[in-house]
Amino acid sequence: MSNVVQDPILDIQNLSIAYPISIGTVRAVTDVSVSVQKGEVLGVVGESGCGKSTLGLSILKLMKPPGRITSGRILYKGNDIIDMNDRELLAMRGRNIAMIFQNPLTSLDPLMSVERHFIETITVHEPETSVAECIRRAEKILSDLGIEARRLKEYPHQLSGGMRQRIMIGLALVLHPDILLADEPTTALDVIVEAGFTDLLIKLHKLYELTVILISHNLGLVAQMADRIAVMYGGRIAELATVEEIFTRPLHPYTQGLMNCVPNILLDQKELNAMPGSPPGLVGEQNSCPFAPRCPKAMDICRSKLPPLKEYDGRQAACWLYEGGV
Amino acid sequence: MKGECEMATLIRAEHLVKNFPVKGTILDSLTRRRSFVHAVDDVSFEIAEGEVLGLAGESGSGKSTTGRLLIRLIEPSSGRVDYRGADITTYSTREFEALRAKMQIVFQDPVSSLSPRMSVGEAIGHPLQIHRMGSARERRGVVLEIMTKVGLTPAEYLYRKYPHQLSGGQSQRVVLARALVTQPDFLVADEPIAMADVSVRALIMQLMRDLKEEMGLTYLFITHDLATAKYLCDRIAIMYLGRIVELTTRDELFSRPHHPYTKALLDAVPIPDPRVKKNKELPAGEIPSAINPPSGCHFHPRCRFAMPACSAARPPLKEISPGHFSACILD
Repeated sequence: MSNVVQDPILDIQNLSIAYPISIGTVRAVTDVSVSVQKGEVLGVVGESGCGKSTLGLSILKLMKPPGRITSGRILYKGNDIIDMNDRELLAMRGRNIAMIFQNPLTSLDPLMSVERHFIETITVHEPETSVAECIRRAEKILSDLGIEARRLKEYPHQLSGGMRQRIMIGLALVLHPDILLADEPTTALDVIVEAGFTDLLIKLHKLYELTVILISHNLGLVAQMADRIAVMYGGRIAELATVEEIFTRPLHPYTQGLMNCVPNILLDQKELNAMPGSPPGLVGEQNSCPFAPRCPKAMDICRSKLPPLKEYDGRQAACWLYEGGV
Repeated sequence: MKGECEMATLIRAEHLVKNFPVKGTILDSLTRRRSFVHAVDDVSFEIAEGEVLGLAGESGSGKSTTGRLLIRLIEPSSGRVDYRGADITTYSTREFEALRAKMQIVFQDPVSSLSPRMSVGEAIGHPLQIHRMGSARERRGVVLEIMTKVGLTPAEYLYRKYPHQLSGGQSQRVVLARALVTQPDFLVADEPIAMADVSVRALIMQLMRDLKEEMGLTYLFITHDLATAKYLCDRIAIMYLGRIVELTTRDELFSRPHHPYTKALLDAVPIPDPRVKKNKELPAGEIPSAINPPSGCHFHPRCRFAMPACSAARPPLKEISPGHFSACILD
């Protein structure tokens, strides 16, 4: 996080996303506001079903139907993505904002060689590019990823899991996007491969001057990479602060609970402080703190009134405990 | 693990081998050439009564196959498994039936382990029915009791629920309850929390530890996550391509890891603390195929310390200090 005064590269304002279903409306994301500076790594953490993947997909306007944005703005360099038409979206996706997903195998076409993947990705956005030029650019990026150029001729089934994931990130970066959205990028990988991929991601962040939005439930990964972390719960941001603050002095009881139940190999943990209960269902209007039923510090007001996300010395938390300050 | 000699051995695996035939090409069948996946390659260890033995390693290391061999869900290609001193691989299906109630397993994905058509009560009571234990009424009582034990409360209410009505944590408890309802003394836990959320993980780990004490259980805990193994296990075996490369107590493994592969695994564990910057010494590449594993020490193509002798012969699993075994030429 270099310069706070400059305009954010991505500014999400009061974003809400809903999925109308037979029994009501699933409010997957509610009133989320977060801005990301150029070069920053924003981690988005939370349990399954807390809205973090929906938030990620909405930035590319890729929510699965019937999901739709009910309110808010997503400003990329000042332009609202929500207002973009399909042509503008196609031009923006991949070129300005690229995304990598959890499972690389389902994101690669089994009938296409690695080379063809690169050619297709480049020519969709730059139709005038020659095949030779595409291959040259693919080779350049593969060398940054530590992959031999001969792999260009291979097909996805010939590659190992870690290799596929590196090809995925290569495809995402070949057009030099400003922003990389990474949704659980290491979840499908084995420990050693995961560690190598994390190091690679850190290297690429610098090399390609990327802004990264890292969506993960893996707190170990987020701790290594993120500058700031948004903790999501029940479709809302429960807490937003720097990585040090989140890990060393979390304010929200949910963040505290998350930190306490993660096993750390460096510590000799006799007990893990597990958090009982499970995340809320997200159907219908929320009139109380979504975490109140599981919160060890819940008070009367928590069950009757929704806490707003408030600012405390440059960090934010949505909790009635800090009504009188932190 | 204190006083190893005082504790009775519950499970002993001796020279266990499991090869799976691979479907070859037409040419292979014409030339009668058959290839095999060497899933488990001469593995021996013991588990004492009341102990939690961790089996850790990457995907494809053979840890799940080893777990299945121990309870004879699959038959070994060679080698034996002793349960309380008797070789169970020689038992007939009939003879083994009675033992099955004593040896249970829980799998990674609770949702695919439960039939969507069976209510919670039916699912948990099913093993009792199979083993013809008690009357329908008695079974119901036993099921409600185990449900309370694993935290599926109110038990009467959840008894009638179906899997789709349960949360992830509840499903995992149902699977645990079903495995424990026959009062087993040995449980193979095959990555029971790998798919769960962090908060659910911690709860299930805590529950497994409490149940072990309460019901006098012995676990084989299969995991790829060493941080989890550290929390739950007494001793840990590290597997690589079908072989145990290191086996020792929990404390010894984390304070004095010996095998280069163990060290690499430990280096790779992400630390949930931004103040810790680890100097990772990661091995190159990924775990190779178990169809044509590398010669000698399987790890040598990725090992930083590899020397010519490593590819020549398989290093034996040697006791390098009391209770600490490692299979490396450098030992």
